[in-house]
Amino acid sequence: MDTKTIIICGVGGQGILLASDVLSDVLLEAGYDVKKSEVHGMSQRGGDVISTVRYGKKVYSPIVGEDEADMILAFEKLEALRNLRLLKRDGKVMINDFRWDPLPVATGTLEYPEDIAERVSKKTKNYKVVNATKVAEELGNIRVANIYLLGVLAKEMDVKREIWEDVIKRRVPQKAVDVNLKAFAVGFEG
Amino acid sequence: MKKLLSGNEAIARGAWEGGVHFGAAYPGTPSTEILENLSKYDDVLTEWSTNEKVALEVALGATFGGARALVAQKHVGLNVAADPLFSASYIGVTGGFVIVTADDPGMHSSQNEQDNRHYARAAKLAMFEPSDSQEAKEFTRIAFDLSEEYDTPVLIRMTTRTSHSKSLVELGDRKEVEVKGYQRDFHKRNLLPANARKRHVFVEERMKKLEEFSNNFEYNRIEWGNRDIGIIASGVAYQYAKEAIPGASFLKISFSYPLPFKKIEEFIKGVKKIIVVEENDPIMETEIKARFPEAEIHGKDMIPMINELNPRIVKEALGVVGKPDDVDLGEIPPRPPALCPGCPHTGIFYILNQLKVTVTGDIGCYTLGALPPLNAMDTCVDMGASISNAHGLDMALRVIKGEKKRIVGIIGDSTFFHSGITSLIDLVYNKGVSTVIILDNRITAMTGHQENPGSGKNIKGEPTKEIDIEAIVRASGVEDVITIDPFDLKLAKRVINDAIHKEEPSVIIAKRPCALLYRKIKWKPLKVVPDKCVGCKICIRLGCPAISFRDKKAVIEPFLCTSCQLCKDVCPIDGAIVPDDSMEGLMIRDLWDLEKEMKKNKEEK
Ligand code: SF4
Ligand code: SF4
Repeated sequence: MDTKTIIICGVGGQGILLASDVLSDVLLEAGYDVKKSEVHGMSQRGGDVISTVRYGKKVYSPIVGEDEADMILAFEKLEALRNLRLLKRDGKVMINDFRWDPLPVATGTLEYPEDIAERVSKKTKNYKVVNATKVAEELGNIRVANIYLLGVLAKEMDVKREIWEDVIKRRVPQKAVDVNLKAFAVGFEG
Repeated sequence: MKKLLSGNEAIARGAWEGGVHFGAAYPGTPSTEILENLSKYDDVLTEWSTNEKVALEVALGATFGGARALVAQKHVGLNVAADPLFSASYIGVTGGFVIVTADDPGMHSSQNEQDNRHYARAAKLAMFEPSDSQEAKEFTRIAFDLSEEYDTPVLIRMTTRTSHSKSLVELGDRKEVEVKGYQRDFHKRNLLPANARKRHVFVEERMKKLEEFSNNFEYNRIEWGNRDIGIIASGVAYQYAKEAIPGASFLKISFSYPLPFKKIEEFIKGVKKIIVVEENDPIMETEIKARFPEAEIHGKDMIPMINELNPRIVKEALGVVGKPDDVDLGEIPPRPPALCPGCPHTGIFYILNQLKVTVTGDIGCYTLGALPPLNAMDTCVDMGASISNAHGLDMALRVIKGEKKRIVGIIGDSTFFHSGITSLIDLVYNKGVSTVIILDNRITAMTGHQENPGSGKNIKGEPTKEIDIEAIVRASGVEDVITIDPFDLKLAKRVINDAIHKEEPSVIIAKRPCALLYRKIKWKPLKVVPDKCVGCKICIRLGCPAISFRDKKAVIEPFLCTSCQLCKDVCPIDGAIVPDDSMEGLMIRDLWDLEKEMKKNKEEK
């Protein structure tokens, strides 16, 4: 199997690194070689965050360049657009319908694009918009948004559901296991 | 057992397995996690040193005593430590000595893109270049033995991508090594010119022997493939090239200084042409071309010198793929990092912006005060430069050109300890009159909250002597010193305004803990009352990420607001910004009290 690339992106503080840790664990348990890359430091003060997870029989590079990623999971809408250049033509994009204004927008200097889905469709028709906040609120715990989004991602991947559930059980706080599994199920079955 | 480790975790693990006894560092992205992880091993003694030079000297001292020691720093940190680095090369080691440099191609978190492989050549030291976490661990472990065997400090060159990528690592056991103890060796360790001359002879011989090691080192390996193209690559660039053109012949360089010229010769003979794939400078390329002028060798004529590489860039350079898809995605607003909601630095920058002074800056979270809307920092050069730059600029403008004083230097607590103190003494000694603001948030924040001499805690979180910044400032000869609470905007404005108009050096210490030190707390946020908000946008000028401007009114994002109340203080309308009583929680401003803190300090004294 060729090496596959998944990019998880969003805003510092959204739990991106935790999500990509779970994803890496799942892929390891599924028997793949895995490399994962992220950048620390300056970018974590409310800047954009991207984590690259690559898996396959043998993975060389931990990162990819333009037109090389198979899937993008965006925790924030604008960040989907920002990282789209990394996606293969007609690769898959899962966008959380959540808007977080970057500072230049918040201060009124620049506009937040209103036509994100339209722009995304220029590069791929394979995109899907979900609302993690809504799902998490319905489940009564705003913190499970990440795991719901991983469920959305898992649906598009070829890894057994049990492996996902095992890793989630290990990774989330004990008392929140059930609600996280529920969130995962909503994403996976949705 | 195999585990997914970052390169930095792997270095710490390799050092531990290699029997390291002591580790020292000053934090700096992308190197910080090396010492953080090393400090978790109980059988290793570690410290955050005040700066990289100190760290290297302390570790060298430990090797004098026969302990195995490691230091780790970012690329520019090695500049700070360069002086003892060059001496350490002549002195050699007693206990093994490993020096990690984590470079930052692409400048994700740095002021330049320097290639520290130059240091191995300049200081005549052995260098390893791991290309993934497994190699990072292995090479670190091997480096300790090599160091003792060849009497040399060993450099390990990481980059952002090898440091911060995770890959699988096979874990091993710790090799227990005894601390040899101290034996006086005047001719080796005292670099008086007469001794140093002899040591230089030794160093040149050592480098020849190390070249032999390099030729025989199993990780410097030839992977024969298609003989039309031979790729020579090191570090993560090897992984990129391998991905770009897996069928080619490869010479993977893992021990990159001295280069394995015998192996290189064999490789050159076996292929039609050579392409050297390396990030940033053409270091291997230059050396190999000089040694084999007849061979067809490419490098920077194909591979970019600026910015970090990735597989795509290498593929394009090698002609494996064409240009990327040209899809017009339109304007995408950038998302620059910003000071956190409730950051104690925000108010000071807000005031500096209003006062329209010239601000020389420094390295830390507070460098973000340079960005809009605060726009309150003119320069940022290197650690400690705020004070010395302010002094030099003041000399040029006030003393030489006869203008009025108007310069403020701004520096953080950790940076002040790192290299601000000598600059401050210079300023006072040479009759400078600039104002220096020390933003004391009690921690080294930017790199992820490491303890520093002002925190009262060491790397393990154990209590230790808390160094008193105000006392240092006074002892440096500054008479006009005051410590203020940066949330008290009125006082801060008055104090800064007074200071910049006085013809004497002054220091203002703005003291309050970093907002992220209260991470687990639930806040009671403020809210904007839409009917009262007149849309003047004054609060927006704070640059707080919790406030935005929509439909001609300010809005506060309740999940982000920590209730520092600065926006309420700057708002000209009474009652437009108020606590949101529908929410339960604490207010960051109430959690710490400067008056009480100062009183407590006095009583303790
Ligand atoms: S981490 Fe601390 S010092 Fe840095 S921006 Fe946030 S609050 Fe300010
Ligand atoms: S009180 Fe105002 S300035 Fe402070 S964090 Fe909340 S919104 Fe930002």
